[in-house]
Amino acid sequence: MLYVAPFLCLYVILLVYPLFGGFWLSLHKADLFGGRRFVGFENFVRLSNDQVFLGAVGNTFYFILLTVPALAIIGLGLALALNRQTRTAAVLRGVFFSSSVLSVTIVTLLWKVVYAPEGGFVANLLEVFGRPPIPFLSSAELALPAIAITTIWWCIGLPMMLFLAALQQVPRELYEAAALDNAGRWKTLWNVTLPSIRRTFALVLIIEVVLQFQLFGQAYLMTQGGPNNASRPMVLFLFEVGFTRWDVGYAVAAGQILFGFIAIAAFAQYLVARRKEAF
Amino acid sequence: MTTQLASGAVGRGFGDRLILAATIALAIVMVIPMLWAVGLSLKTNQELLVDTQSVLKAPWTLINYYDILIGSGVFRWLLNSIIVSTGMSLGVLVLSSLAGYGFARLEFPGRNVIFVLVLFGLAIPEQAVILVRHQLFSDLDLHNTYAGLMLPGMSAPFGVFLMTQYFKAIPTEIDEAAMLDNASRFKIFWRVLLPMTLPAQATLGIFTFLHAWNDYWWPMVSGTNQQMYTLTVGIASTQQNFAESAGLGYLMAQAVFASLPVLIVYMFFQKYIVRAVSGAAT
Repeated sequence: MLYVAPFLCLYVILLVYPLFGGFWLSLHKADLFGGRRFVGFENFVRLSNDQVFLGAVGNTFYFILLTVPALAIIGLGLALALNRQTRTAAVLRGVFFSSSVLSVTIVTLLWKVVYAPEGGFVANLLEVFGRPPIPFLSSAELALPAIAITTIWWCIGLPMMLFLAALQQVPRELYEAAALDNAGRWKTLWNVTLPSIRRTFALVLIIEVVLQFQLFGQAYLMTQGGPNNASRPMVLFLFEVGFTRWDVGYAVAAGQILFGFIAIAAFAQYLVARRKEAF
Repeated sequence: MTTQLASGAVGRGFGDRLILAATIALAIVMVIPMLWAVGLSLKTNQELLVDTQSVLKAPWTLINYYDILIGSGVFRWLLNSIIVSTGMSLGVLVLSSLAGYGFARLEFPGRNVIFVLVLFGLAIPEQAVILVRHQLFSDLDLHNTYAGLMLPGMSAPFGVFLMTQYFKAIPTEIDEAAMLDNASRFKIFWRVLLPMTLPAQATLGIFTFLHAWNDYWWPMVSGTNQQMYTLTVGIASTQQNFAESAGLGYLMAQAVFASLPVLIVYMFFQKYIVRAVSGAAT
């Protein structure tokens, strides 16, 4: 018990207490200065009528739709292409994972100067072809897709590596059997490789849903949620309400809803991960 | 049969080359943002105001890097990041090893229930606790201190989970043999079992360090004093006045300078970093 105690203390004070304190606080109208009044579920009713919040929920799901399938498919494609012992493949794997070690603030800085309509990389490229620049980040339609592209660039390393690890686990005998059957490249892929990594595919999808649900830094630093709320995700809403408007009870209530979504995904991950034994 | 195999091999070779070419093309797209930033950092701010296409033409200059060296918050931020990331990693390693050993080897009432409750913590996202945590740290006067920046990361249960699994995988015969030599419990933990967990320590340490290094939200709301900025927060603060005061070339030089430590470490320890990050995800 003595060995476990130091961690448990921190765990209870810094994670369990804030979680339950949050449940309690979400039932209050509370501000920065400690003033709080019990209001029951009023915060949640307010959230369900708040167009900005509902928009943020919609944006979050739209963002997941833009990023997660792309991450899974590109990650799988790269893993299939780079699953070999050559030096070139090793270097390329290193390149595709390198962006993952950068912090969100570096990533957004890099992509701001790629997207900038004045003097940005894409704008220069368009100019060569005689096209006018595209204001990616100040356009309501393009802001979130632009953030999605940045995110895919940033996060592609993890799904690639997870798929590579899974591909290493596929039994060699299966490929030898396929080769004996004279199965071609595509047939082997469809009948041997993909069925063998089904579980990893599900796992990657869930992990990425959980990760991309928490979109914050990219939107905060690239667009501040704009223009006209078009790129504001849930976490940014929570941040603004809690840390700039200091409507703490309301922000915590939004946090509870976010927690609910993530708990569902985490439970799905647990179910899929547990099925490992069944295979 | 042999001809078939041969033709198959040729087809495979061509297909392989096509895939390789496509992958290399994608890799080039991948590095463009980084190269673009490096290019911009080698130009004077004045020149970039006129035309950023000049990046492709000489003269290039290191003046922006010189400006960073003589007067910039970057070094202070770098120092803060090193302190916070190292401190948090050491803290996590110590706490997780102790707790992992406790959960895996010791009998105490409620052990399994407590362990399951700790596992539930894996599903709690930072966003659900950050506001109350922030108020708590205000009450305790911990904002703008190194402890304030390090402590939240140490309450994450992932390390405990990892170390418990690892200790459980070590056969108990090893403990029993040491016990016969009259070794104390702590000595067994410290001298016998802990060295056997080094691979897990490396994974956990690297993962925590990288996470702390790149963390943005908590250090931004807790270390609000410019002297307490981590590198990640500091670089973000320069973006707010984008292109106004500092100048594009200077900003890019700062970004390149700030990414160098982690990219250099990545080059040398790529294998371990990849293993740590993908191990932590699953």
